Amino acid sequence: MSIFRSLIKKEALHIVRDTRTMVITLLMPIVLLLLFGFAISTEVNDVRVVAVVDQYTDDTRDILQRLRVNEYLTFQGLTTPEDVNALLRSGKTDAALFLRSEEVELKSQIVVDASNTNTAQTATAYIRGVINSTSAKSTVLTNTLYNPQLKSAYNFVPGILGMIFILICAIMTSVSIVREKETGTMSLLLVSPVKPRTIILGKLIPYFLLSCVILTVMLLMAYTVLGLPVSSSVISVIAVSLLYIILSLSIGLMVSTVVDTQLTALIVSAVMFMLPVIMLSGMIFPIDNMPIVLQWISNIIPARWYIEAMRKLMVQQLAFSYIIKDVLILLVMTVVLLAASIAKFKSSTR
Amino acid sequence: MDKGNAISVRNLTKRFGSFTAVDHISFDVAKGEIFGFLGANGAGKTTAMRMLCGLSIPTEGDGSVAGCDIMTQAESIKRRIGYMSQKFSLYSGLTVEENIRLFSTIYGMTSKQIREASERLFKELGMQDMRRAYVKDIPVGWRQKLAFAVATIHKPEVVFLDEPTGGVDPVTRRKFWELIYKASSEGMTVFVTTHYLDEAEYCNRISIMVDGKLSALDSPAALKEKYHAATIDEVFRIVAQNAQRGD
Repeated sequence: MSIFRSLIKKEALHIVRDTRTMVITLLMPIVLLLLFGFAISTEVNDVRVVAVVDQYTDDTRDILQRLRVNEYLTFQGLTTPEDVNALLRSGKTDAALFLRSEEVELKSQIVVDASNTNTAQTATAYIRGVINSTSAKSTVLTNTLYNPQLKSAYNFVPGILGMIFILICAIMTSVSIVREKETGTMSLLLVSPVKPRTIILGKLIPYFLLSCVILTVMLLMAYTVLGLPVSSSVISVIAVSLLYIILSLSIGLMVSTVVDTQLTALIVSAVMFMLPVIMLSGMIFPIDNMPIVLQWISNIIPARWYIEAMRKLMVQQLAFSYIIKDVLILLVMTVVLLAASIAKFKSSTR
Repeated sequence: MDKGNAISVRNLTKRFGSFTAVDHISFDVAKGEIFGFLGANGAGKTTAMRMLCGLSIPTEGDGSVAGCDIMTQAESIKRRIGYMSQKFSLYSGLTVEENIRLFSTIYGMTSKQIREASERLFKELGMQDMRRAYVKDIPVGWRQKLAFAVATIHKPEVVFLDEPTGGVDPVTRRKFWELIYKASSEGMTVFVTTHYLDEAEYCNRISIMVDGKLSALDSPAALKEKYHAATIDEVFRIVAQNAQRGD
């Protein structure tokens, strides 16, 4: 036990003394959370709209009035069809609404600046919503569930957690194990009476504890600063996160048994594990919108299941029974990876 | 096997697939002897040494190190030997004192023993003022001495030194060998590999490996006589001239 403790202490001293890395690891999650939570927003606000109206009727007056009071739109007034083009080109407006009254029917056309497709789609939807709300026969009622304010921060919290733990556990662990291989201290440990199992645990536990600290900070921030609703799901959130941390540690261990230099360890962990988390886990891009092949690939990315489970727990506030499938998949991945990498580690020492 | 020998191997062989890295080598090393293990790069020195240290299981043959069987008692061997590798190997991010404490704990010493051993070590090496210095900040010569002291802090029966003096100036090397002699005079068996053939003269006996086989084994003086050579350097050239492997 005291051998074990001294190994952990050795690793902890290395982590703490590397001040720069330490500060980055602790600050980065916080910065990311604040960035995604406040600065980077997929919500579109203040869409600037002009309107072209050929004649005033009750309907057109109603629509213009609604454009004026809509909080997402900034109504810039009426203009002529000739000026619309110039306004859009110069970027002085984002969208133009043409209203033409034909006998009984009101025909409408939205011309939108689609250089930013996201803004364009959202603007179209906003304006269409305004028009629909006036015509009694085609009212579309949209009801947003779970996240009524459509806050994008809610969706990003699980994603950031999924990314951070891969970063800390997989990248930092693999680099630190491979560093010991490079400097030769690993052979000193292997030639000593310490069991390979003890060496591995002595390496992993300090990073596990560091991850727990970060998890605590992130959850506190999510529930206070970002205002995620606190509920009974918090315990499940913590449990699933701990499982995911162990899984990420196994990935780091696996990488370290395969590669021989710190640089390769960094590249392998970053390219093979970090990028897929960002691109394919559903953190930013919805999995349902991906080509079918990428959807298959996303199945083997641990972060996908973690993020899915965390969204169900944190955003939808569902009970644990709804995430059993995700948890089981994560559990199987953990057991397989951990067993494989310990076996690989042991055989590489023979 | 002879109880008086610290190391004793017969027909030790290691194959990796169809490649035979170590090919039926047999030798004995007496207790307290300084045994030089020479060979060109790729001759199989490191593989042989790994088997003796319990890091690698031999494909064939048998032997004992510090009274333990190398086939079945690798774990007991690890407790009875010390090891210092070719690359400088202590934790450079830890202080001198922390390194000593870490490795002596790993070798199962009690805190009382550790305190006594490190006091003695600091006094012998004259490193008192460096206790709290980070290992990365102390000069290479000192680091090497420290690494040797750490490798032998638990008073192992045999200490394996894998090219311990690589990249060190002649004066420091000479001082390092004084440490080796001192350990040997205290009854510790020293098994050392080196590329510096002048160092081989310091050994009680030396062996030269060529292409996985043990081509020569005797005291430096006897070898020089046998090959009519003036220095071990010449002996090595004569013995190793037909080597097929190496880089």
